[in-house]
Amino acid sequence: MKGELRGLFVLWQREMLRYARNRTRIVTSLFQPLLFLVIFGSGLRQSLSGQGVGGDFLRFMYPGIVAMGIMGMAMTSAISVVWDREFGFLKEILVAPVSRTTIALGKAVGGTSTALVQAVLLLVLAPFIGIRLTPGHLAALLGLGAMLSFAVSGLGLLIASRMRSVESFGLVMQFVLFPMFFLSGAFFPLQRAPVWMQLLTRVNPLAYGVDAFRGVLLGAHSPALVQSIPLNVAWLVGFSCLFMTLAVWQFQRMD
Amino acid sequence: MTSIPLGDGAARHGDGSTLAPVIAVERLVKDYGSIRAVDDVSFAVRQGEIFGFLGPNGAGKTTTISILCTLLRPTSGQVRVGGHDVTRDRNRVRHSIGLVFQEPALDLKLTAEENLYLHARLYGVTGSEYARRLREVLELVELWDRRRDKVETYSGGMKRRLEIARGLIHYPKVLFLDEPTLGLDPQTRNHLWAYVLRLKQEKEMTIFLTTHYMNEAEYCDRIGVIDHGRLVTLDTPARLKEGVGGDVILLRSRSPADAVIRELGQKLGLRAAADGDAVRLEIQDADRRVPEIVRALSVGVDAIEVRKPTLEDVFLKLTGHALRDVPGSGERVSPMVRAMRGHR
Repeated sequence: MKGELRGLFVLWQREMLRYARNRTRIVTSLFQPLLFLVIFGSGLRQSLSGQGVGGDFLRFMYPGIVAMGIMGMAMTSAISVVWDREFGFLKEILVAPVSRTTIALGKAVGGTSTALVQAVLLLVLAPFIGIRLTPGHLAALLGLGAMLSFAVSGLGLLIASRMRSVESFGLVMQFVLFPMFFLSGAFFPLQRAPVWMQLLTRVNPLAYGVDAFRGVLLGAHSPALVQSIPLNVAWLVGFSCLFMTLAVWQFQRMD
Repeated sequence: MTSIPLGDGAARHGDGSTLAPVIAVERLVKDYGSIRAVDDVSFAVRQGEIFGFLGPNGAGKTTTISILCTLLRPTSGQVRVGGHDVTRDRNRVRHSIGLVFQEPALDLKLTAEENLYLHARLYGVTGSEYARRLREVLELVELWDRRRDKVETYSGGMKRRLEIARGLIHYPKVLFLDEPTLGLDPQTRNHLWAYVLRLKQEKEMTIFLTTHYMNEAEYCDRIGVIDHGRLVTLDTPARLKEGVGGDVILLRSRSPADAVIRELGQKLGLRAAADGDAVRLEIQDADRRVPEIVRALSVGVDAIEVRKPTLEDVFLKLTGHALRDVPGSGERVSPMVRAMRGHR
């Protein structure tokens, strides 16, 4: 057990070292959420602000952008397992005296940590959007962010364990990440969306993350998916358990 | 042909003779679907031995090494490494082995020191013990001065050396080297072998390696020759070469090879075979018998080559075919002949 905890810590340390080492990644991963915020936010602000989004459109979008940033980071961290396989390092980990469960958890905990750093960097913008951040807000957001990124890491690891080549990374972005972004409620309120879309958003972990973030940052007056943070938490924990269990199961079968 | 698990070669390692073998493999089989990659292989490796697996690509070398290292599960058979079963006691086995893979397995974005740090921590080597060993292994492979550089700036040879250092830092009982010199230039290759031999001498480490380079196999204390998943033979390089049946003679003539072969058989009772554009035979005391052979032949002889048997000859003799894609080996076998030899 002590060996496994030590292994978990080492794997987490590696993710942190790599993150700190790669400044371009930090900048580029901030770029996408900011691009959405600046272009969609500013562009649609005049036309869309009002009752439907609970007031100012930029304020409506901002919590979703933070959640999206967290998800993007967690997903790319998890998918990096495929790069580890391509460049051989995965073998070094697979023959190390730690269990496959620990390997998957270490990767998820590492991805979650980098995602939370990402969240903090994005939350710095809050005052400019006109949102007041209290320490309580920050604590709640980091807790929720951890659950969201753990769920997404699980999904990412599950995908990565089935992926055989780095080339398919683009496919994952197109078919998983972007649909999850767009169907998360980050860009438009979901209540008035068509029924089929509403059903899809119900199985999207990011939707609950966005919902919870909005609940914390904007209060109850914004349009919401489930209107209750404990319910969001329950969904996120559920997704985390499901995806991590499947990911660990796949890791154990990996040669 | 059945192999004797502990050939005479092991006896040279004197006092270790009563110790249990470091690696014990019994009736190992590995199937991939309907393909049998490893077919009923048994052998044992003693402590302090350099043990080589020699065979062409696809013979089952890497599959076997992967099973020994817990990366693959055997289909059947028993494998113990460092006294632990590779399927039931994986973590214990993992603690007792060091690995240098065919393909580099380093984190290129990190420095050499960071790579070693993470590895040492994973294996529970910490504190002042870690600091001492870090210096020791990096000095052994002459990378101490470059330890703060990112691995992506390293050359192929340096990466391989760093991997060796990493494989050693947790003081494994057995070091596995899977085609350790593949893709390295000859100079780096010699360098690397100097390290391996030093390890054997200074640390009495057991080294298990796979190779398809004949000249590398010469460094081994014992060699297992593997072909089509089967262990064909197992012995010291010297004894394997003795088994070829004397020296090798290659005759070149303008006359058709089968005419030369027929004549050698009829007049001298020698068994010869075509080998590319030459005729090849193996006899004792070849130096003295060359004049006799040349005199006996009615066909003109253009060139004649006499040499001591190499492991390449051993392989050819045992398997009926040459090691494939071996750069710079003496073998020149036409595709046709190779195809015919392939039928067994």
